[in-house]
Amino acid sequence: MPVSASLTGLLWRRPALRVAALISLPAVWFVLFYLAALAAMFISSFHTVDELSGEIQPGWTLDNFRQLLGDWTYGRIALRTIGIAAAVTLTDGLLAWPFAYVMARYAGPRLRPALMALVMLPLWSSYLARVYAWRLILAHDGALNWLLHGLGLPAASIGYSNWAMWIVFTYLWLPFMILPLFASLERIPPSLLEASSDLGAAGWRTFRRVIVPLAMPGLVAGSIFTFSLTLGDYITPLLVGGPGSDFIGNVVYANVGVSNNIPFAAAFAVLPLLVMAGYLLIARKLGAFDAL
Amino acid sequence: MQQGNEQAPLIRLSGVRKVFGGTAAIESLDLAIAPGEFFTFLGPSGSGKTTTLRIIAGFEQPDSGRIELDGQDLSRLPPHRRDVNTVFQDYALFPHLTLLENVAYGLRAKKIPSQEALQRAEQALASVQLGDFGARRPGQLSGGQRQRVALARAIVNRPRVLLLDEPLGALDLKLRHQMQVELKALQQQTGITFIYVTHDQDEALTMSDRIAVFNHGRVEQVASPWTLYEQPQTAFVAGFVGITNIIEHHGARFALRPEKIRLLSPDARPEGQEAIPATVKAVSYLGMSTRFLLHCADGRTLTVVEQNIAHRAEAPRLTQGSAVLAAWSAEAPWPLAA
Repeated sequence: MPVSASLTGLLWRRPALRVAALISLPAVWFVLFYLAALAAMFISSFHTVDELSGEIQPGWTLDNFRQLLGDWTYGRIALRTIGIAAAVTLTDGLLAWPFAYVMARYAGPRLRPALMALVMLPLWSSYLARVYAWRLILAHDGALNWLLHGLGLPAASIGYSNWAMWIVFTYLWLPFMILPLFASLERIPPSLLEASSDLGAAGWRTFRRVIVPLAMPGLVAGSIFTFSLTLGDYITPLLVGGPGSDFIGNVVYANVGVSNNIPFAAAFAVLPLLVMAGYLLIARKLGAFDAL
Repeated sequence: MQQGNEQAPLIRLSGVRKVFGGTAAIESLDLAIAPGEFFTFLGPSGSGKTTTLRIIAGFEQPDSGRIELDGQDLSRLPPHRRDVNTVFQDYALFPHLTLLENVAYGLRAKKIPSQEALQRAEQALASVQLGDFGARRPGQLSGGQRQRVALARAIVNRPRVLLLDEPLGALDLKLRHQMQVELKALQQQTGITFIYVTHDQDEALTMSDRIAVFNHGRVEQVASPWTLYEQPQTAFVAGFVGITNIIEHHGARFALRPEKIRLLSPDARPEGQEAIPATVKAVSYLGMSTRFLLHCADGRTLTVVEQNIAHRAEAPRLTQGSAVLAAWSAEAPWPLAA
């Protein structure tokens, strides 16, 4: 019997082997490159750096965390990062609704692919190109103020500020909110909406009692993307944030690259991890993953 | 067209027309349905029966025509302002709500205090034998149970008219027969006007007070089950409701039901009956009855059904190739419209 035939036969007889063959490569990937790296980061957050030699001193100390908690600068940076991530998530959630709803409910076989292409199009160009484009738009002598001036309105000075970061992040991650929300809205059978109105519910009530609860898994999935992507970013704050608009990522970057204090960077990087863990726990409590 | 009973109709459609993408789903429809009637829209798929139901519910807007409920024009009212409720073909139960919340949904939407709404929902669930299931979700139920919840959810609102869109289509045959009896009993108990959509002629005949037979967006006949079967107006109605032989006589067409033909021995000379010699082409044993396909001497084919009332010891009387005389009384053929 040829080898390929006996292999096929073996896989057919043993479904568990089939599953193992499919899952093993991605599983190894996750364990080695993600979980192991995460563990290494967590462990090194308890190390210190010798100030004179710059050598990493292995050991178990809470010095890095003490320093983080003792200096309010880091607290402000953490609050700014989390606050803007939350604001971006909320804004994307609101902006994505009408778009995803039209895509899922009203768009015909020609409009829907067109709208889908509109959502995906920005992902074709480089992240950097898009952030730089926003820099040009929002700068003091940029396109926005040129337009406002043309309309006879006072100039806005939102370039290099938290506002600029909020706008740019909202723009960058909007597709990641629209796509899962669209997918969950599309799965709602139209007869449920008819049943709701048949039972006497006007549009707003149907939206609140039927559409929102059933779209919740998609909304939560999208919010995980927008929240975590903002939480971990450091390039947009660098390019469109003003002075003193550092994110956690910028502190991590500075400590790894400039001050060579990897243990301190690791300690600060634990915070977004904890925030995401808390976020996912709350989402699970709210039943967002019940459909999985 | 035909009117309801002597009373003023509860639902009246006049000149209702609906076009989908260039083809008319319904062409100028007139119907009057009396209060308390069990009224059925019967027809093949694509005949316009479901579209008509959806127009009454308000899910579709007619291109022209009027829909009246008790004299009030519904045409411009959205579904949530119409005093009708629908039992959907796929039941359309809210998967994220418990059965009790599902049934109470309509009452809550009508701003009935939640205490009373829940109480009434509990009673409604109990009335469909699901009283102990209030805390479950639709996903945990069988098809038949879901069907009952959908019914309770509609009935609890005490609508003027209950619209049922092939509600038993997804159930197996036994359960369907059982639900047919229960639905009819429920309709008689509550006195609510039922409009029932089905493509199943047995179901229509079993339950309805009157039936409208739909074909290509038109109503071919509105009549009681007995009239539809015994006195069909068109060849389509005769063929769709039961099986029939269409025979031509002096240019006119007649419907002759298969059970009204008797099979006699070829040398019989029946008095006062039409008779024609024939050969048995095919025999289908159906348990309760046997169906014969005859090839007549004049070239026609006839379908004949005989009840199997003979004792089991008796051998089959007729087999393929037997020569017979097909006979029927002169009143049996019913004249069809040209």
